[in-house]
Amino acid sequence: MHMSELSFAYYPGCSGLGTSKEYERSTRAVCKALFVKLVDVPDWSCCGSTPAHTVDHVLSAALSARNLAKVEAMSHETVLTPCPSCLTNLRTANHRMEKPEFRERANKLLDAPFKGAVEAKSILQALREDVGLKMIAASTIKPLKGLKVAPYYGCIMNRPPELMKFDDSENPMAMDDILTAMGAEVVPFPLKTECCGGSFGVARRDVVAELSGRLLSVAKRAGAEAMVTACPLCQMNLDLRQGQAASAKQETFDFPVFYFTQLMGLALGVSEAELGFDKLCVSPGRVLDAIAAAGRVAERESTPGSQA
Amino acid sequence: MKIGVFVCHCGSNIEGTVDTAAVARTAMDFPSVAYAEDVMYSCSEPGQDSIINAVREKGLDGVVVASCTPRMHEPTFRRAVERAGLNRYMLEMANIREHVSWIGKDREANTNKAADLVRIAVEKLRRNRPLTPKSFDITRRVMVIGGGVAGIQAALDCADGGIEVVLVEKTSSIGGKMSKLDKTFPTVDCSSCILGPKMVDVVQHPKITLYAYAEVEEISGYVGNFDVKIRKKASYVDWSKCTGCGLCLEKCPSKKSMDYFNEGLGTAPAINIPFPQAIPKKAVIDAGFCRQFIKGKCGVCAKVCPSGAIDYSQQDEIVEEKIGAVVAATGYDLFDISKYGEYGGGRYPDVITSLQYERLLSASGPTGGHIKRPSDGKEPKTVVFVQCVGSRDKSVDRPYCSGFCCMYTAKQAILTKDHIPDSQSYVFYMDIRAPGKLYDEFTRRAMEEYGARYVRGRVAMIYPKGDKWVVRGADTLMGTQMEVEADLVVLAAGAEAAVGSPQLAEKLRISYDKYGYFMESHPKLRPVETNTAGVYLAGCAQGPKDIPQSVGQGSAAAAKVLGLFSKEKLESDPQISQVNLTRCVGCGKCEITCPFGAIHMIDFRGQPKAEVIETVCQGCGICTVTCPQGAVQLEHFTDNQILAEVEALCQF
Repeated sequence: MHMSELSFAYYPGCSGLGTSKEYERSTRAVCKALFVKLVDVPDWSCCGSTPAHTVDHVLSAALSARNLAKVEAMSHETVLTPCPSCLTNLRTANHRMEKPEFRERANKLLDAPFKGAVEAKSILQALREDVGLKMIAASTIKPLKGLKVAPYYGCIMNRPPELMKFDDSENPMAMDDILTAMGAEVVPFPLKTECCGGSFGVARRDVVAELSGRLLSVAKRAGAEAMVTACPLCQMNLDLRQGQAASAKQETFDFPVFYFTQLMGLALGVSEAELGFDKLCVSPGRVLDAIAAAGRVAERESTPGSQA
Repeated sequence: MKIGVFVCHCGSNIEGTVDTAAVARTAMDFPSVAYAEDVMYSCSEPGQDSIINAVREKGLDGVVVASCTPRMHEPTFRRAVERAGLNRYMLEMANIREHVSWIGKDREANTNKAADLVRIAVEKLRRNRPLTPKSFDITRRVMVIGGGVAGIQAALDCADGGIEVVLVEKTSSIGGKMSKLDKTFPTVDCSSCILGPKMVDVVQHPKITLYAYAEVEEISGYVGNFDVKIRKKASYVDWSKCTGCGLCLEKCPSKKSMDYFNEGLGTAPAINIPFPQAIPKKAVIDAGFCRQFIKGKCGVCAKVCPSGAIDYSQQDEIVEEKIGAVVAATGYDLFDISKYGEYGGGRYPDVITSLQYERLLSASGPTGGHIKRPSDGKEPKTVVFVQCVGSRDKSVDRPYCSGFCCMYTAKQAILTKDHIPDSQSYVFYMDIRAPGKLYDEFTRRAMEEYGARYVRGRVAMIYPKGDKWVVRGADTLMGTQMEVEADLVVLAAGAEAAVGSPQLAEKLRISYDKYGYFMESHPKLRPVETNTAGVYLAGCAQGPKDIPQSVGQGSAAAAKVLGLFSKEKLESDPQISQVNLTRCVGCGKCEITCPFGAIHMIDFRGQPKAEVIETVCQGCGICTVTCPQGAVQLEHFTDNQILAEVEALCQF
């Protein structure tokens, strides 16, 4: 197999050290398997998340720009992050700081100024566009045969489109394409970019239960056995709060909610332990067993002489 | 030479930021200026009279009017100096409104700049000479491009006025968008019943030559004398033999062709006549689906055709016509609804365009006039109409209002209730725009008599739920979110310039706007004229219009053509190039650069020389800057005149 020369600065984001450890670990494993080199941003700090930009745009931009400046110092042009929320903050900071007056104000708060030569991209975008479907399909060792999934992108992975500049903002296809290339069956899921309730899980549990409940309910009716996400907060709302959603909707779900990198890792032959399936609240056991069983059938069929 | 200078106030338009009296005083010091004054409105009758009186009393030889752009009033002032007894080319204008008063607020700077512009005009005028237009014959035939209702009206009015008409239609039948409509607002009368007779009139009129399934390939010449090449596309059917019996349609084994007339609802045979009332009622083979063309064998239509009209070897044919004027009536196309990903148009079978819905309502449509939704053929009970899909939305680069959607949506809501009495319609709208005779009353009827529920707000998204379609939107009057579980969703797709409009505009040498609509000469006062003499506009080609407006414009364009052709001869513009034979070295560079083919080389006493064909020259001046000898000069814009202008400006 040829060695890829892809190398990016990597910003894991705070969730990656806590609630979405399995996303972070599986991201590293997938990138390693696909020969994408991730170089950690040294001494990275919080992007500011939702609280910072609701209080002050300059402070929020400065928090993100501190990290962008560190990427600049690494002589990297692109920084990848798995988290859409981090991505939004990094890209927004970059965008706002195109204005000289704003840039000056934000840079005043920093030890080392950010000059503006860094682009932030999602892991998803890098895998879809830089690595590409051909490479992903060719690297698939254990196809995700027999797995029916509903990919869910969340509100901010592709939006606002002028800022994110990736995929179709209303009907994104990146995860659909990747999972299809790896053998999974993607069901038509119409609520790909609908809100899960976001951080309202803290303040208004009922809102999250209603909104996430609708996502689960529609995914279930679309025939999916699992949902796939690319966002720590979405994953948490759909997975951890699935019981609350179920009682709000008066339905049962029992619906594993994966990070797309976990399923990619599985298909690429990464060990299950490394992909952190044990961190999921709704047990993926049944679904994983079904994939494994389908794999065994496929193997038997492809072994010469087994027909006899 | 005695020159008079008239500096216009234009009310406060100029006087507000230019000291016109000071400009007039300054002008008195310019060479040859014998008289100068400031005038309140120089274009008004007293204003023109003061120019005429001054010419006569002071014995002036030329006039400078410092006012607005010459595009506005040059013809006005040329007529005025002519009435005063001068040659109309002894007039110059200094544009101190658009170029000065409207763009700067500094009164002193403006006044100085205005004086400079007057100085330039005076220096040019000192080198003007009287010019006399020549007259030429005209071909009293008109070509109408586009056989929709606007083009049909223009063609019939011209033909009834006694003029020969060449009507060119891109598709195989005239009728345009109107022929696809079921009923028309606000009277709910049947569209094909009122359009059909007009279509028949076209084909029966002895003065009209119809080229259907044809496009304009090339056009050259000038007002009064255009030469056009028309490409008659290969239909693979000899139309002189085809009787329109329709036997081939029945027997054709390939029924998978796109049904353009029914907006892609269902399929059509590979050999087709688009609809029963088609004019001309002739068959056309879609080579992309015909087995004879794909597989090289079939020939069923050729076997069954009782008149032996099928001709698989037919080629495109170019025909040439001589005409004197053009009416461009190429209509519109629909906005591509799939651009709104959140509505799922193109992905969800029951999310359709308003024009597709017309076909579902129409008795000649694919469902025989019974409303059946595309996914499962069931009769919908809840129908949601979404307005402004591709209208008034900057995010899809369609900031303009398409104008007719509010009305046809109201009509469709009414018809839905007529067809399915136990149905409920919802209309999501931004504003109701119904400014026409009996229009607002009509939308009220849809709400009050037919019970359509009008919800003021945009739809955010549409998604499937079982066999229903959830339409989620805002009700901005109630301040709430709203969800409707619909059986069918109709998107009121906005109007766009017809495909290929910019390309046609370039062939016709007319302007078009950033959306591809043809530009009228003046948005209020010359709505059907273009800036190219002899080319007129009708219908949606100029911008979205409903049927009454399109018909009105068709008649208006016809009136313009009839007016043009009522003249015995046309006058040619004398502002054209002239060759100084003693200077010309016969290098031929001007012949190569002329974009209009207006220069050819002649033999003059054994030497090659350039000659300008006066009727073809458009006065663009490209040859004058090409000529290395300065032998070609553009009348009224000679090198000497332009250099004098530059010198007047650069003297300090």
